[in-house]
Amino acid sequence: MKARNTFATAILLTLLAAAVPAKAQVPLTEGIQIGLSTDNVSITAGFSGADLTIFGSLENPDPLVARQGRYDVIVVLEGPPKPVVVRRKDRVLGVWVNLDSETFENVPVSYSVATTRPLQDITEPNSYKQLSLGASNLYMQPADAGDSPATIEEFTAALRERKSATGLYSENVGGVQFLSQNLFRATVRLAPNVPVGTHKARAFLFKSGLFIKESSAQLEIRKSGFEQSIFRVAHDYSFLYGVFSVSLAMITGWLGRLIFRRD
Amino acid sequence: MGIYLPIAEISVNIFVLLAMGAAVGFLSGMFGVGGGFLITPLLIFYNIPPAIAVATGANQVIASSVSGVLSHMKRGTLDFKLGGVLLAGGIVGSTGGIYVFAFLRRLGQLDLFISLLYVVLLGTVGGLMLVESVNALRATRSGAAPVLKKSGQHNWIHRLPLKMRFRASKLFVSVIPVLGLGAGIGFLSSIMGVGGGFIMVPALIYLLKVPTNVVIGTSLFQIIFTSAYTTLVHATTNQTVDVVLAFLLMAGGVAGAQYGAKAGQRLRGEQLRALLALLVLAVAIRLAIDLFVTPPNLYSLSAAGLN
Repeated sequence: MKARNTFATAILLTLLAAAVPAKAQVPLTEGIQIGLSTDNVSITAGFSGADLTIFGSLENPDPLVARQGRYDVIVVLEGPPKPVVVRRKDRVLGVWVNLDSETFENVPVSYSVATTRPLQDITEPNSYKQLSLGASNLYMQPADAGDSPATIEEFTAALRERKSATGLYSENVGGVQFLSQNLFRATVRLAPNVPVGTHKARAFLFKSGLFIKESSAQLEIRKSGFEQSIFRVAHDYSFLYGVFSVSLAMITGWLGRLIFRRD
Repeated sequence: MGIYLPIAEISVNIFVLLAMGAAVGFLSGMFGVGGGFLITPLLIFYNIPPAIAVATGANQVIASSVSGVLSHMKRGTLDFKLGGVLLAGGIVGSTGGIYVFAFLRRLGQLDLFISLLYVVLLGTVGGLMLVESVNALRATRSGAAPVLKKSGQHNWIHRLPLKMRFRASKLFVSVIPVLGLGAGIGFLSSIMGVGGGFIMVPALIYLLKVPTNVVIGTSLFQIIFTSAYTTLVHATTNQTVDVVLAFLLMAGGVAGAQYGAKAGQRLRGEQLRALLALLVLAVAIRLAIDLFVTPPNLYSLSAAGLN
């Protein structure tokens, strides 16, 4: 039994040895892989933002290209997509009122980018548009396509501006570093108000300005702790939560009278 | 010391909230009002989203009203029957208010509507109170005897049908204005997060001619239930009640209220009313300024659908 096994392995090794030199003649296509040390992150109530490190590797990199630093990597951590309403205030009789609005579908709640170099140095603006890559190139789908292009453009710009101002959309130039010829480390920022849900980590590989390959992984961001339990109860058992709030107020009022009475 | 509010989803300073509760509680004990009309704007100034400030304000009002009603019950200055009829109207008004609240929130006009309501109501009530109390102060200074109201003086309200007898208030009046007043207060309670005492008290005294000594107790009694109902409905339909925030405000509030009541006994009625009027006007002016000043960001984002 054992003897036959060894024999089979030996044949396999011979076959492999034969295959490798034959394949080496055509240049191998590069690939990219990323790995997350965990598939879920729990953040507590006092969370004030953090850096998330993602490791990845290039497959079959060309040593020459790597030495010249012509490989570029962009890593994106994208929050769950949600519909968003953007409203604009205008003056009505001197009072600022929300007048116009535009609804966008499937807008990622958060979008953190880390890159090896500034985005404009990696590739052409057009390829970013095609890949819908980068906070300023991300395609925002208006719910009502009938609105005028100028209006849609204005509200899209406002949406991006508000998202960056609140730290939900961020860019970390130089956040991706090569540790060796094929190993890299990406640091993406998690904003203090990072949304919970399934986030998608995506890595894009560029070689001399050309898009080569993409790889992705999923990450679940959860909030944990006492405050989060309250939030969940308030949403899942809202009636009981209301009853509890009312009872707490009544008991506090009664106790306050007992403890602090001054008449 | 920071604390994270689970529903408002922001970090705030625990001592600021306790102090805010205590200060408002002190004032509410001094003037015999619930304090909701001060708490909600203060929370908005402290960057709590208006929708949450309103629902949590209603929750906080319960605590201060319970604490106040207990002392009125002991003194027997509470008309349960009148309070019950006001409450019946209050439930209807509050239900309507919740629907209007959810509707405005969907439209994106809730914050504006809340501010406008506050400016108009606080401005009117504060202005009227200031004029009245300054006149009273002047009258006492010049030595003239205060004008006594003749008992049995009737107005159009007393000619309405469906009369009912309220023994504790020595009142025989139609239920229509009582129900209407209750409904109006209930509506304001759910949209503004106030108990409505600052409207209820003058309305009961001047419109229905309820004796002043039973007014505050009765008003507080009905406010407990209207705001309890409002809190419950906000919690189930909008999920905007922040129990941690409410508790901090209550804890400061109930302590402050008892000291405030004591302090209030040392001030004269007109002086007290003039001070309250100035306070109410100050809040109204502060809110009005925000309506007219150019906001730092003209654009705002909100989640679609799940409003």
